[in-house]
Amino acid sequence: MAENIEHLEMCGITKRFPGVLSNNNVNLQIKTGEVLAILGENGAGKTTLMNILYGLYQPDAGKILINGKPVNINSPREAIALGIGMVHQHFMLVPTLTVCENVILGLSKSFLVDLKTATQRIKEITATYGLAINPDAYVWQLSVGEQQRVEIIKALYRGANLLILDEPTAVLTPQESNELIELLRNMSAQGNSIILISHKLHEVMALSDRVTVLRDGEVCADVLTRETSQEALAQLMVGREMAACQRGGTFSPGKTVLEFQDVYAQGDKETEALAGVSLTIREGEILGIAGVSGNGQKELAEVIAGLRKVTEGKLYLNGKESTKMSPAWIIQQGLGYIPEDRLHVGTIPSFSIWENLILKDHHLAPYAKHLLLQNQVIMSHSSSLVEKYGVKTPNLETPTGKLSGGNIQRVILAREITRSPVALVAAYPTRGLDIGATEYLHSKLLEARSQGIGVLLISEDLEELLSICDNIAVLYEGRVMQVMPVEEANERILGLLMAGIAEEAS
Amino acid sequence: MEGVVNSDIIIIILATGIRLATPYLLAALGEMFVQRSGVYNLGVEGIMMMGAFAGFYATLQLGSPLLGIVISLVIGALMGLLMALVSVTFKAEQGISGIGLYMFGWGLSGLLFRLYVGGITSVEGLKAIKIPFLSNIPFFGPVLFDHNGLVYTAFLLVPLTGFILFKTSWGLNVRAVGNKPEAADTLGVSVVRIRYQCLIVGGMLAALAGAFLTIGQANMYADNITAGRGFIAIALVYFGRWSPWGILLGSLLFSLADSFQSMVQVLGINFPYELAVILPYMVTIIALAISYGRVWAPAALGKPFQRGTRG
Repeated sequence: MAENIEHLEMCGITKRFPGVLSNNNVNLQIKTGEVLAILGENGAGKTTLMNILYGLYQPDAGKILINGKPVNINSPREAIALGIGMVHQHFMLVPTLTVCENVILGLSKSFLVDLKTATQRIKEITATYGLAINPDAYVWQLSVGEQQRVEIIKALYRGANLLILDEPTAVLTPQESNELIELLRNMSAQGNSIILISHKLHEVMALSDRVTVLRDGEVCADVLTRETSQEALAQLMVGREMAACQRGGTFSPGKTVLEFQDVYAQGDKETEALAGVSLTIREGEILGIAGVSGNGQKELAEVIAGLRKVTEGKLYLNGKESTKMSPAWIIQQGLGYIPEDRLHVGTIPSFSIWENLILKDHHLAPYAKHLLLQNQVIMSHSSSLVEKYGVKTPNLETPTGKLSGGNIQRVILAREITRSPVALVAAYPTRGLDIGATEYLHSKLLEARSQGIGVLLISEDLEELLSICDNIAVLYEGRVMQVMPVEEANERILGLLMAGIAEEAS
Repeated sequence: MEGVVNSDIIIIILATGIRLATPYLLAALGEMFVQRSGVYNLGVEGIMMMGAFAGFYATLQLGSPLLGIVISLVIGALMGLLMALVSVTFKAEQGISGIGLYMFGWGLSGLLFRLYVGGITSVEGLKAIKIPFLSNIPFFGPVLFDHNGLVYTAFLLVPLTGFILFKTSWGLNVRAVGNKPEAADTLGVSVVRIRYQCLIVGGMLAALAGAFLTIGQANMYADNITAGRGFIAIALVYFGRWSPWGILLGSLLFSLADSFQSMVQVLGINFPYELAVILPYMVTIIALAISYGRVWAPAALGKPFQRGTRG
């Protein structure tokens, strides 16, 4: 095993991709036992920088020093040999292999796989850091939080004492996040260094000793966490002052626009995904759906949009029964839909922006006359939408799939909101978006609310739900645990309900 | 039926079925490694044709079927290498490059045959090896223990490949690369190297399957002697859910149906000839339809691997 990393430094790192300067003369350092947070918006170059440290990319300029000695890291294998481990945002686990097999993958040089010794060592590691996991379980059977623990074990098993975590809490429940924070604290106390990539301010504040802020590929600040504040960091990260979105005005809901009556539906694996859901959404209301993903949210959104069959129960859209109707009928009745998979369900990625903007109405006037598309109308409509919604794109012909996540979401929003729907379903609309884009989306949802649109907002970000919803329903194993006005909700209550614990919370 | 169906006929049907299963087993076990590593080689049929010709021609020239086998293995490895170059290194669409490999193998083997052999020529192929003692057991002896070496090899490969796939480090790498190449890559397992190795092994086994047809069964070469067996082998990999035991089951099912239909023809049993001929294919299609489900397919099957260009 390599000598421990006492001090690591990245000096003058520059990395260029075609058309983008991803890292420009970036300096960074970390010493043993320290937790360093790298903070920045999407596209600020955080992940690129860490991929360079992990040997996935080669920098165009700059060098990396470990304990004062320059090193070349040409591949993940070399990074691992130096004691650097990385937990990727999208887990790098093979679902069809067991925990143990995943951990030893690439390490075993002998002819036969020695699972026994490996299991033993995994048990030692889990005991040292208090990570509960069954080494013989298949990865596809594990929850997201458990999979993340496997990733951490994987790095520790390889003797990592510098651990890079890329957006580690993005997929966790609040409780799981707290456990992770606890675990990382414990690990740094035992002499490991941790680099945390994040754009979540509160977790950076809770966990890190020092923060390096990246903006547009450059380091714009390097501060001690105890000497700064969330507001100061947000301003550094975005480069301007932020105004948090709050719902304004009084809550005066109108008539019901969307109603679930005891709805049952099956999930992809023919398990019961919705088990008797009853909900109502009224004009001018934002109803939030909280829950750990995989508890029926996806199916909930899909049954409304007509994309999934209701096995029992009834659905009403704008007073008319929509239970067995086709997606086309539902769209024409005035449902707006921002799907979870914004790229592949929300748009056709290879289609141009203007094509995606008229996707739902291309066959109707004024976009079509007889059998022909009315290009002039479409183009002027599209360019005004692109301008109004601030879509950053070279031109209208750009394939939508080439845009960033935030800009794709703007295209979808533009299409859905300009159709003036009676109800709008938004599934995880801000997932993976940076602060600026999230703020914009929130303001648009609130605007829709003030126009009298009934909004169903599915999210796993409790802060988001608490700041813009009127009412919050918690979904657990396909059932609504409770619906409560936002004034009565807080993170602790919602967290418990999300874990299926009803008594204590109420 | 007047007592035509007696135990001798059953023995012949079973023994023939075992023998006919050999090329399917060999080719499908090879393709299993290829697909487990995430590549989809539709060119099995073409490699089989090249293997069939190479084995035949080497035996004809050198007088030794063993050397024929060696040469066909070399040719198979080269064909696998070619597929790897096109589909792994150059990342060509795998379905298309596989069909290309098939046509290439077909054309080249036919051309070589016309250039260097010409007409129907027979060779002295592999001889049956009776296993001492075991072959004397009534019924089971003639069914199981009176075949040539390639038949035994094919059946022994079933547990052997299972062992390699599930118990060895290399097998673990193969399974990882076919399911989540990004993960394997970040852990220092070379996706490219594993896929090359699997395609070469797959090519060797496909060529061996071809050589079996010319020097282990027909003892001659004819154009298109493989008659679609390479494609059936690919179907059997799906049927067998990428596991050696499943492939064994599929191969036996198909070859027994095949052996039964040929017996029907030979003995003139009162059964429509056309139906008999399509029986094995019907069985395969029905079995595939019933067992179909993509649940166990290697997740990265058919997707060329490329490291991310942007983070």
